[in-house]
Formats: sequence, structure tokens, C-alpha cells
Amino acid sequence: MEILKAVDIKKTFEAHQALSGVSITCKEATIFGLLGPNGAGKTTLIRIINQITAPDSGEVFFNGKRLQPHHIKQIGYLPEERGLYKKMKTGEQALYFARLKGMSRTDALKRLKFQFDKFDIMPWWNKKVEELSKGMAQKVQFITTILHQPKLLIFDEPFSGFDPINANLLKSEILELKENGASIIFSTHNMASAEEVCDKIALINNSKKILDGEISEIKNSFKTNTYEIIFDGKYNKFKAALTADYEILSTEEKKGENIIKVRLKNPANSNNMLTTMADCGKISSFRELIPSIQDIFIQAVGEGKVNKTQEKSDLPEALAN
Amino acid sequence: MNTVLLIIQREYLTRVKKKSFIIMTLIGPLLMSALFVIPAWIATKGSDEMRFVTVIDKTGEFVNTFKDTKEYKFLWRPNSKLKEVKENLKDDKNSAVLLIPKEGVTKGVTIYSNKHIGIGLKSHIARSLSAEAQNINLQKLGITPEHIAASQVHVPVQTVKWTDEGEKTDSAELMMIAGFIAAIIIYMFIFMYGSQVMRGVIEEKTSRVVEVIISSVKPFQLMAGKIIGIALVALTQFLLWGILTGIIVFGLKNFAGIETGGGIGDKLPPGMMEALFTYNWQPLLFSILFFFIAGYLLYASLFAAIGSAADNETDTQQFMLPVTIPLILAFAAAASIMEQPSGNVAFWFSIIPFTSPIIMPLRIAADAYQAWELALSMAILIATITATIWFAAKIYRVGILMYGKKVSYKELWKWIRYK
Repeated sequence: MEILKAVDIKKTFEAHQALSGVSITCKEATIFGLLGPNGAGKTTLIRIINQITAPDSGEVFFNGKRLQPHHIKQIGYLPEERGLYKKMKTGEQALYFARLKGMSRTDALKRLKFQFDKFDIMPWWNKKVEELSKGMAQKVQFITTILHQPKLLIFDEPFSGFDPINANLLKSEILELKENGASIIFSTHNMASAEEVCDKIALINNSKKILDGEISEIKNSFKTNTYEIIFDGKYNKFKAALTADYEILSTEEKKGENIIKVRLKNPANSNNMLTTMADCGKISSFRELIPSIQDIFIQAVGEGKVNKTQEKSDLPEALAN
Repeated sequence: MNTVLLIIQREYLTRVKKKSFIIMTLIGPLLMSALFVIPAWIATKGSDEMRFVTVIDKTGEFVNTFKDTKEYKFLWRPNSKLKEVKENLKDDKNSAVLLIPKEGVTKGVTIYSNKHIGIGLKSHIARSLSAEAQNINLQKLGITPEHIAASQVHVPVQTVKWTDEGEKTDSAELMMIAGFIAAIIIYMFIFMYGSQVMRGVIEEKTSRVVEVIISSVKPFQLMAGKIIGIALVALTQFLLWGILTGIIVFGLKNFAGIETGGGIGDKLPPGMMEALFTYNWQPLLFSILFFFIAGYLLYASLFAAIGSAADNETDTQQFMLPVTIPLILAFAAAASIMEQPSGNVAFWFSIIPFTSPIIMPLRIAADAYQAWELALSMAILIATITATIWFAAKIYRVGILMYGKKVSYKELWKWIRYK
């Protein structure tokens, strides 16, 4: 079941094209990563989903139905530009946000007490927000986002402002929400964190979606059959053994170990390579080099840039890269 | 509970609970009752210190001129020598010496003292001497004080206006003052609370709380909630000021026995007090309420739009000026309009929607308006408010999500046309 589907969304701000025909589909109870560099159009897309801005064309469906104003109560949104009223007391403020989402006072209070205890910020209930540390304010914000138990959660750069310990806490919280059936859209330019939690991603660059799919699928489609072998022995023997089916990309010596990177021209031959090499020396490590999302991102975005500069033509290619 | 009501509640409660609001609410009535009470209090109590004034009257003519008052005691010593008196009073801070030279008072007299002489004593002496000297001169011409008393005439002027309900004692001056005070209050409240709306919007922007909120409510609901919430704060303050001032003035009058109001009642020309009671207050009170709320809505929505387009208060200046100019202009014109409440200037100022909230109540108080003028003024004002709120909402919706950009008028126009 699709919790959210955006079809061919276009949005222009005067001369600037923010989104040119972006479509995404988020399945229920999964984490969908919306990746892209700053200014790619992620936040604009999220604002359209939250009905903060309207698209010029294109349509958004929530739970199979066209997006309606009342759907807002079933969405929890943690914006990138987030904050709290500084002069208001923490608990009172969390209660206010909960009630804006349509919760009753008693219901909201009950759940808030539970969450405040869980995140260990109960002692700050009656303190003004300006007395809180940044990390604590972020926790309050996170709580107010999830409190009304929305079907869809949208986190825009959720980890910014968190120290590593609290970032981990937040990550496990997000995974737990998914376990409990919530669908999550996770927008970030931090690829490493996206890779850890997302099931599916879409890469947005320069107002266009340039890539999407399951993380494992994307990685597989980007792998180049390159292997890294660490061994004790002589290069010459390897070079002699690795014949036409292989291409040696690099060799280096580090801390007494020889490292060699090899590309297989025929992907099925990795076991053959192992047997071929077994006689050449003592192999201590053999692994396939799978590109990280970060690598794929840089590659995909880089290609986009090259294409763009080629259109404009007069920039030297080295500079464009 | 409705989201707009929730927003109104938050805007209202956070402001009413603020220390500055409580202090202002308490100080306001104290200042206002001080206006009523202090002149009366000074008049009744006067200075604690009795000052002794030795009058060295070389002419010997002013024996009975100086009557002792609560503050001053006069000692007539025509034969004393200035030097001796000065010697006697060397360390006396509470005494003064008045020297009337042999040549008479026309060339002037001198007051000597160890301490600064207050304006009260000086004018008391000048008044007494002038009156007495005048009397002496008149007597030399053969005119007695009896002649003068008999010749004095006081003509009380009563103004009566023909109205549909018959003749009514007119109370123009007092009502005009009431209208002027109403204009001042409306002006003050629009400015004070309008800029509070602006500051509130900027606060939400700079603390980055705004996007969190508009993911739950529509920007228009947030703007409307803020404007209405702050209006209620203004009305609360206004009401509390009225009630507290009343309590303080009433309390002082009844329990401390201080006559308030400086005895205005006694000094008023006959018929005036009666006029105060027979005056039809309803149109004035109604118009104050209507034009206050309408004027506030008009300006508050503009202020909200300005706040949304700025990142901090200094950025607002370029937009503040054109908005505040009509307001200040209306206030500046109020005094001259009070003189001619039916004139051309008065008419146009009470029709133009950006000045009418201040000028129309003034004209109503002076009873110098036609029913159609009032209807036209109100209709135009309501139409303008509707349009202004529409424009402001458009700007607000885009502005609250714009950061770090210096906004021009051209930019604002683009925002209005966004989908």
C-alpha cells in the first residue's frame, strides 16, 4: 500500500525552477530517503506534501486519495528550519503543538508525560525553552512531531543539532516508529545516515529526480565488479596470473601489506580469480568493492554537472569536475 | 477545540501573563488618577513650610495688601532697615524680605531671600501689589471699590442646538475634548498593539517556530489568531485601565477625602454639567469601539505583512514609514480638525480609510457629521480592511518562510501574485 504518491510535481519561483516534474512513491511502513545537495528542491517538495505551498502542476495522493487539508492531522513534520517559542514553558508549549494537531488536552498530556520520561527531559517541563540546551530543544521538537501518532512522518535533516549519542537514540526511535507501522520520509544531504536507515531512496539534484529505488538495487546497479585483495607476496606473480579477464586498477603497499584492486571483466568469475591467485601468495583479505550511497551520489551529481557544463561548453572539464 | 481559538488563547495568555503587561496595567491607572488627584491634592495641602515675608514698605501705602495664606505669613514693617533685617535673618531659610521702594511700585519691587523663591510666592506678591496699586490709582481718580464692584458684569453664554428631538444644551467644548482624548487613545493603541503584532511575527520567524506551526495550521489562521489575540489584550488593558482608574479616583475621594478633578464641576459655566448628563454618549462610545477595532485590524494586518517580510526589526524601517505616515498625519491634523470639525479637511480625513479611525470619532464627539458621512466612512473602511487583509495574507504566507533576503517592494508584488 502506498502511503504517499507525488506525480509529476512542478514548481517555479519566478526565474528559479525548484521542481521540474518530480514523482515519488512511498510505501507504508518503510523509510523513504529524499536525498540531494542543498538547494536541490527537497524542502520545496516536502512543503508541497505538507500543503504549505501549492505546486504549479502535478498531484499528491495521500493513502490513495487526493491530498486534502484535513490530511495534515495525519502527517507529522519536523522541518529543517525548526524552533520553539523561547519564552514559553517547555511542557506548555509541547501541549500547545499537540492540541494544534487536534489532540484533546488530557490525551496530549498523558502521551507527553510518557514521551518526556522516555527522553529523559521531564525535569525541564516547567522550564522556559530558552533555558534548554540545543539537543534538549531538539528532543522536545521530535516529541511534538510524533506525538499525535501520524501515519506519515516527515523528517527534514533530523540529525542536525544532535550529538552522536542522541543521534543514535533518535535513529533507534525512528526505526521503532517504522516497526510500529509508521511511514517515514527522511530528507537529508548526509548520505551515510540515509544509508543506515532508509529502505528506498530518491536522489534529487537541480530540481530533477535523477535516481530512485531500493538501496540494495541502486548499489548493485552502480557496482563495477571491482575487488580488493590484500596479500603477502610478490606483485609480479599476480600480474602474471591475472590475464585477459582481469584489469588491474591499482597497486599499493601499506604497512607491509600489498593491496591490489582488480576489475573483473566477467562478473561470474570471482571464484575463478580466487583459485587463480591462491598459488601466488598468502591472501589475508578479499572483498568486493560496493559503492556507498555517498559515492553514487557524488557520481550522479557530478555527471549532472558535467552535462550542464558541456551544454555551456566553454568551461574546461577539469574545472567542472 | 478550533485551531484559531487555540492560537488566540496562546497569543492572549502569553501576553497577559507578561510582567510588562501587568506593570503597564497597574502604572497606567496610577498615572491617570495622578492627573486627576495631584492638582487637587496640591491645592488642598499646599506646602508644609510656612514662609514668613517681611514687608519693608517705604511708601507705607500697602498696609492691608497682603493677606496671610496657608503658605505665607506677611509682616508689615514700614520702618525696618533692610540691612538689619538681613542681619536678623542670616540663618533663617524660611524667610524672605519684600522691599517696596519710596518711589512706589511702578518701577518694581525686590524680594530678598536666603533660599530660592518659588514662582508661587513671586506671582502672589505681583498679583496683590498690582491689584492694590490699581485700586489706589482708581481712588485717586475718585472711583471707589464699590463703583468697581457695581460696574463688573459677567455674561454667561449658553449654547443651544436645534435637533430633531428639540432643543438641546450644547456641550461643544467638553465633547470635543472627549473626542480628542478618544483620538489619542485610538492612535496610541493602534501603534502600540499594531507593532506588537509585527514583533510577534518577527519573533516566530527568528525563532524558526513558524514552519512547525504552519505544518498544523494555515498561515492565514496563524495571522488571524495573532491579530485577534493581541486585539483582546488591548481591550483587556483598556478595560482594566478604565476600571482601576475609576476605583483609585473614587477611593481617594471617599476614603482619603481628597477632592478630585480640581473642582472642574464648580468652574464650569452653568448648563455644562447638565449637558454632560443629557449628552447622547452612545454614538461616541459606539464609534470609539468600532473605529478602534477597525483601525487596529487595518494597521495590524499591514504590520503583520511587514513583520513577515523582515528578518529583524531594523529591516522593517523601509516598510514602516509609508504605513505610519497617514497615522501620524491624522494625529497631527486632529488638533486643527477639532477647531473646524465640519470643514473640508475634516471631511476628507474622516473618509480616507487610513486616517478615518482617528478623525471620525473626533467629528462624532463634536456632533459635526452627517449620517451619510459616517456610513460612507465605515463602508470604505470595511472594504479597505477586507482588501488589506487579503493582500497582507498573501505577503505573510510567502514572507514567513523567507530567510536572509532583503525584500524590495517589487519582491512583495511578486509574492502577492504567487499561487
